[in-house]
Amino acid sequence: MSVSRFWRKIPQRYNLVGTQCTTCGRHFFPPRSLCPDCRRSGNIVDHKYTGEGTVVTYTVIRSASDQFEHTTPYALAVVELDEGPRLTTQIACPIEDVAIGMRVKSVFRRVAADGESGTIHYGTKFVPVE
Amino acid sequence: MRDVAVIGVGCTEFGEHWGTSFRDLFVKAGALALEDAGVTGERIDALYVGNMSAGRFVEQEHIGALIADYAGLATNNTPSTRVEAACASGGLAFRQAVIAVASGMEDIVVAAGVEKMTDVGTGASVDMLASAADREWEGFAGATFPGLYAMIANDYMHRYPLTREQLAQVAVKNHENGAKNPIAQFRNRITVDTVLNSSLVADPLRLFDCSPITDGAAAVVVVPLERAREFTDSPVRVLASAQASDTIALHDRRDISTLDASVAAGKRAFAQARLTHKDIDMLEVHDCFTIAEICAIEDLGFCKKGEAGRLTADGATALDGEIPVNTSGGLKACGHPVGATGIKQIYEIVSQLRGEAAGRQVDAEIGMAHNVGGTGATVVVHILGA
Ligand SMILES: [Zn+2]
Repeated sequence: MSVSRFWRKIPQRYNLVGTQCTTCGRHFFPPRSLCPDCRRSGNIVDHKYTGEGTVVTYTVIRSASDQFEHTTPYALAVVELDEGPRLTTQIACPIEDVAIGMRVKSVFRRVAADGESGTIHYGTKFVPVE
Repeated sequence: MRDVAVIGVGCTEFGEHWGTSFRDLFVKAGALALEDAGVTGERIDALYVGNMSAGRFVEQEHIGALIADYAGLATNNTPSTRVEAACASGGLAFRQAVIAVASGMEDIVVAAGVEKMTDVGTGASVDMLASAADREWEGFAGATFPGLYAMIANDYMHRYPLTREQLAQVAVKNHENGAKNPIAQFRNRITVDTVLNSSLVADPLRLFDCSPITDGAAAVVVVPLERAREFTDSPVRVLASAQASDTIALHDRRDISTLDASVAAGKRAFAQARLTHKDIDMLEVHDCFTIAEICAIEDLGFCKKGEAGRLTADGATALDGEIPVNTSGGLKACGHPVGATGIKQIYEIVSQLRGEAAGRQVDAEIGMAHNVGGTGATVVVHILGA
């Protein structure tokens, strides 16, 4: 991923900042600049998520693209944040511990290493809530 | 709107064509289709070419013009348009050709699909295929394409009674059909154990749950139905052409293990054709992974959610079953050159309806094709009738 493309989304990736439509109250993460329900009558503002949620579904990736190959096997999940939106994220814990319905919270972690540029990408992962 | 018919089809063998270039693959399929249709190149009004990513697989864009050129149509200045919707590019190219003819704008139109995938390594193609999903918010987190379908499978198996063995039966059945298809990439029979003993790719999906990396091309010729008899005694009618979209990311879906775009496109197709499920004699569905075939059968409404695994294990979707599914071997055994797959589905249905499917022939007068882009962000459904 290019440096500008990555930096553009740093607040969102590092701090779990998404958006909310104040017209209907719906939350978005990943952020959206248009509310699919209200469209042009929507009013979009930034919203920082608490980072707590539940695993909806998951898998263990055994074979990855070159950027992620060094971290296999890793657990990947769809997490539903308590505010409602869902996102795709890695779960940083022993892979056999991940389960549907598990409570998780966000943490700041290294996500990928770009082999060509040597850039390390950081972002949000989730860990089990004790 | 005019009725539309398919008058000719052609397809290369699917597989690893190290000795054949992107453009040669297309030229071969195109020539077979024109020969079958009895049409010469200069009579073609337009070309629509499905291709997912020549830019990354062979570092070539501007595919429409390239293909018109190497098909010998540059001197005729024949219009040629590339169509892209990830793995649904082929189905969408066919739909564009049908729309062009139905509208009255064009008369003799070629719809084709081509993909040359084996020029890059596995890591690069895994990365490439992930771009059919949301690069920014799925790919960045480490989602692979098999990984996304694996999350569909886990959600499905958590909610419905599908066993790991039933899932494997999808691949076993598709290899059984592929073994009878001379263009199939894999013509070997496998067992449930072959699937269960293959390596894990993304839990619970194993290597034999996944469609392969494939080179291949397919082409078909469509004309107004009223002109079809000028070319052939066995035209195949396009009874419906439907398309639907959904969220690009799996995590934003209403229901993780229902492809709402399949549901919508299926309903639209049945309404257009004024047909019901009982009228469909065979299905070519988008089994990029075994779980995808299970979801497709259900989302198109051929059974209730949670029942397709048992139907498959009972043989209902086999060649001699109640509703044969993926007589070509599907993406799993016939192969999946992404942009060509949707056209190959049309090729297979036309071959079956004309009674030319030899060892895998089923008794069919009406067939349905279901082509998916990404994890279900685009779905294209066609119904064809003899
Ligand atoms: Zn709103």
